[in-house]
Amino acid sequence: MNSEFKSDGRLERVLRSGRFAVTAELNPPDSADPEEVYQAALVLSEVCDGINATDGSGAHCHMSSVAICALLTRAGYAPIFQVSCRDRNRIAIQGDVLGAAAMGVSNVLCLTGDDVTAGDQPQAKRVFDFDSIQLLRTIKIMRDKGMFLSGRKLTTPPRLFLGAASNPFVPPYDWRPYRLAKKIEAGADFIQSQYCFDVPRFRQFMQKVRDLGLHEQAFFLVGVGPLRSEKAAEFMRTKVPGVHIPDNIVERLRKTPKEKKVEEGKRICVEIIQQVREIEGVSGVHVMAYRQEELVAEIISEAGLLPRPRIGGLSAQDSKVRPRRGNRVNGV
Amino acid sequence: MKFGQWLQNHPHFLEQTYGLTHRVFTMLDPLIAKLGYERVDHWLRGPEEFAKRIVFDCRMCGQCILHSTGMTCSMSCPKNLRNGPCGGVRANGYCEVFPDKPCVWVQAYNRSLEMPLYGDEILVIEPPVNRSLEGSSAWINMLTGQDKVTPKAWESIEIIPLAEK
Ligand code: SF4
Repeated sequence: MNSEFKSDGRLERVLRSGRFAVTAELNPPDSADPEEVYQAALVLSEVCDGINATDGSGAHCHMSSVAICALLTRAGYAPIFQVSCRDRNRIAIQGDVLGAAAMGVSNVLCLTGDDVTAGDQPQAKRVFDFDSIQLLRTIKIMRDKGMFLSGRKLTTPPRLFLGAASNPFVPPYDWRPYRLAKKIEAGADFIQSQYCFDVPRFRQFMQKVRDLGLHEQAFFLVGVGPLRSEKAAEFMRTKVPGVHIPDNIVERLRKTPKEKKVEEGKRICVEIIQQVREIEGVSGVHVMAYRQEELVAEIISEAGLLPRPRIGGLSAQDSKVRPRRGNRVNGV
Repeated sequence: MKFGQWLQNHPHFLEQTYGLTHRVFTMLDPLIAKLGYERVDHWLRGPEEFAKRIVFDCRMCGQCILHSTGMTCSMSCPKNLRNGPCGGVRANGYCEVFPDKPCVWVQAYNRSLEMPLYGDEILVIEPPVNRSLEGSSAWINMLTGQDKVTPKAWESIEIIPLAEK
């Protein structure tokens, strides 16, 4: 590989150029109609640098991540292929990674995955052949050594920007930065975090991340999203695995009159974006608006993150002039 | 289970026991080799499983890393995670999957802090599990080196380098 770029994708370019990146999650359809994917992508594409295609999140079955990614690349979008360890073993996953790369996918997010009990088919068999760290490392090996895990050669290795998840908001809090360190050492180039509603806790976490020097080794995108009402918040913090919402946020929504709740939820989200943006080591945000896609554009716009940089084309020439990894320019 | 739990809350004692057993097995290695690893493996499986199940709720993965995971069996995590906790741990430190059980990794982390001998090994990146060793004696696999065989292209990382430790 002659360039320091690991992928040909837009997300990597935006991040390496020091710009503040925005990614957004696409809610996958329960449908065999590609049009539904395009509809969902349409509202996101203009306002973000990468679209996450979830892989059976919450252990609910939807159109598969790899298929959504393939549709999106055909339309010229920049998808982030999510791979969870829950449903597939190492043989299936390595094959999917090659397939996704062949379809033009440049980003892969490696996840453990929510347990089958979180979904509507709790009778399913758990796979978990890999954990997320072994998964990251395996894809890194495919990319950098040009081999399957078994050592068998790839004629053309995939060019991928590797992502991992991080959840600073659940115990064991002290261990979370070290878990992140493991993920980065295993191969993560970028991180997308769980929903951040607790900025003070996040600040503490980032302090440790900086002490460990991790903010210079990978790009950290903070997960954010709007809450529709205090009921939605209550549902999320009790039913969705790994989501922590402090009482003061729920209270704030409760006190808001009914017709203004959505607006208030959006405002909270924008405020959080503005706060985390100031924290050293934060390279972007990842917007997840479950069933509120129409709000994503407004949030990103109100947070002052538009227009998104126009980084198109895939010329290698372009890649060479980019500054090295971790070189951030503040306030751009 | 009670006795096992009591023991698990004395991780330093357990890591010492591990160290000692390790030495005994290494000493006995020539003898075991003479008897045949396969044969001893068959004798040992039952008793090893019995003892380790009582104390650790062991799943006989055949490649024991207890000393690297706070003397807490990571295979008893319903997601079989070997490198740390998932993002689903509940606010009270209990498991995403079993709300009435503490997260295995929260326990592992806490216990590792009380393990002066092997505690730091919790930072090792554990390779993918060799599922074909399931059910066999981890002690014998330790002697034959089978438990350390990784997939051919795997790149091992011992303790991860950190700016501050
Ligand atoms: S909460 Fe802990 S024990 Fe439960 S699945 Fe996650 S890591 Fe495993």
